[in-house]
Amino acid sequence: MVTIVNAAKLRSDGPRSGVLKLAIDGRLDADSTGPVWRESTRLVTAARANNVDLDVASMDYCDGSGIALLIQLRRLQQKHGGKLEIHGLRPEFQELLDDWSQGSGETAPKAKVRTQLVEEVGRRAVEVWRDIHELITFVGQLGLALVKAARHPRTIRWRDTVLIAEEVGVNALPIVAMLSFLVGVIMAFQAAVALRQFGAEIFVANMIGLSVLREMGPLMTAIILAGRSGSAFAAEIGTMKVREEIDALKTMGLEPVRFLVVPRVLAALVMTPVLTVFADLLGVMGGSVVMMSLGFPLITFFHQLQLAVSYGSLVGGLVKAFAFGILIAAIGCLRGLQTENGASAVGLSTTHAVVSGIILIVFADGIFTIIYYLLWV
Amino acid sequence: MSSGETIIRVDGFTAAYNGQVILNRLSFEVHRGEVFVILGGSGCGKSTLLKHMIGLYAPAAGTILIDGHNISTAEGDERQQVLRKFGVMYQSGALFGSMTVLDNVCLPLQEFTNLPLDAIRVIASMKLQRVGLGGFDHHMPSELSGGMQKRAAIARAMALDPQVLFLDEPSAGLDPITSAELDELILSLARSLKITFVIVSHELASIFAIADRVIMLDKSVKGIVATGKPKELREHSDNAWVRQFFSRQASTDNPA
Repeated sequence: MVTIVNAAKLRSDGPRSGVLKLAIDGRLDADSTGPVWRESTRLVTAARANNVDLDVASMDYCDGSGIALLIQLRRLQQKHGGKLEIHGLRPEFQELLDDWSQGSGETAPKAKVRTQLVEEVGRRAVEVWRDIHELITFVGQLGLALVKAARHPRTIRWRDTVLIAEEVGVNALPIVAMLSFLVGVIMAFQAAVALRQFGAEIFVANMIGLSVLREMGPLMTAIILAGRSGSAFAAEIGTMKVREEIDALKTMGLEPVRFLVVPRVLAALVMTPVLTVFADLLGVMGGSVVMMSLGFPLITFFHQLQLAVSYGSLVGGLVKAFAFGILIAAIGCLRGLQTENGASAVGLSTTHAVVSGIILIVFADGIFTIIYYLLWV
Repeated sequence: MSSGETIIRVDGFTAAYNGQVILNRLSFEVHRGEVFVILGGSGCGKSTLLKHMIGLYAPAAGTILIDGHNISTAEGDERQQVLRKFGVMYQSGALFGSMTVLDNVCLPLQEFTNLPLDAIRVIASMKLQRVGLGGFDHHMPSELSGGMQKRAAIARAMALDPQVLFLDEPSAGLDPITSAELDELILSLARSLKITFVIVSHELASIFAIADRVIMLDKSVKGIVATGKPKELREHSDNAWVRQFFSRQASTDNPA
């Protein structure tokens, strides 16, 4: 805080026979008006005097906040039909007061209209419904564009697709590999502690094999992808929307879905299963390191692993990864295309892309689990 | 200059946003070869009108015909055919930030022609040269100044030799000299290439320099308050406000 030289001070007297006397001395500026404001408005409101005499003869300086106080005091008096008389206001401050009093100066700023709970709920419901509607439309457009792309592969923007595939796949490999390995190690340790009590540590291999191949591999990959690429898609496309580039595409006769969404979906669709294979491999390696530290030779671990998992587990996981890839890329692009105007809109789309991506992944995972359960058991 | 033949016909056009009418029953024509300016203060709906004319939004009522085709209902091949008739320069330029300036101009040629790639590059480079950006082929849009980005955007809009160019606020965000240079470019393109220009603007200095004909929109009537040549409107408009608008602005812009 700055030390205020000659800060404004309020003196009061009354109310006596309907008259409240106030006097302000010193500098009434943004730094010193605060305490005077609170005190004087409280006094004036409480007194409800017919007349408030405000003496400002020894006020040396007054800025916008000081003038605002004078206007506010007058307004408070007018509210109950009283009057405010200002004495000794210097001509230069009088000019300021007249200038600021013009127009809306005499009426208090209106409070923001509060929305009712029912209205808010209704509005949200309409938004959700609109979102579902847009989602369905988008799925239709995307499906059509993918069919067209499959029929005429030359219309696909292959150069973009390869560049995006590199970003989505190759550049994500280190983080996918590291996290999968660590998750493998952690799960193996946790399982080993429990299984040791029954002397069944060897079954750690079964657990690692099944859970990584069927569940953790695809899921970890998908969540990393949603955070890395889903958000990037939304931000890229959102920025293009804000910069009118999407409009430019449309007026050139280039459909944004074919031009921007198809390459991204194709890239994600190819790279997610590939990344998942790496995630599976590294997850199992994590488990094997733990087993070796517990004294099991590597060959024993892999023998047990082969007994536990089938190709079905691997393929089942990869099919899931394939679906997750499409979902993440599609929702990322949709959120990008839905971006509204303004600087905060792109940030909002990015957040929505990640949140919707993860929700969709978990839902889809649940559906796959039910389907696999019905097929295999 | 204008041949008097109609290229764009707007008839009974109404635009609404969230159930609120912004422009009400507008009708006007743009003639082939003229520089046609849509003018008006902020919030009068001139950008909205432009976005409807280029087919980004569908009108609430009325029709917009570009060379006889209804832009808002055309689909499939017909739509592609209409879109090929015009190019658009957006206010911010809207160049694709991930491509070089040359690639931006090449894009429409690659997508809609079967020209060999080297021919496409030559054509695109020629268009850039024409707008005064020779030698900037391999720059990224972000490396260009605002005025250069707009020139590049005009070059991209001209890639497929359209009959009409729509420009959204060409002088927005430019200093008076750069803006005047852009006006010269517009005039020279209109004269030598016989391109019809439809320009949204509120810069009176620029309007007096380039416009053959203007329509003036106003928020209060949600429509057109004046149509004609800018100089005639300044001298002889029936509407005092229009006369005042033109002359006051003109006198402050050209104190001489």
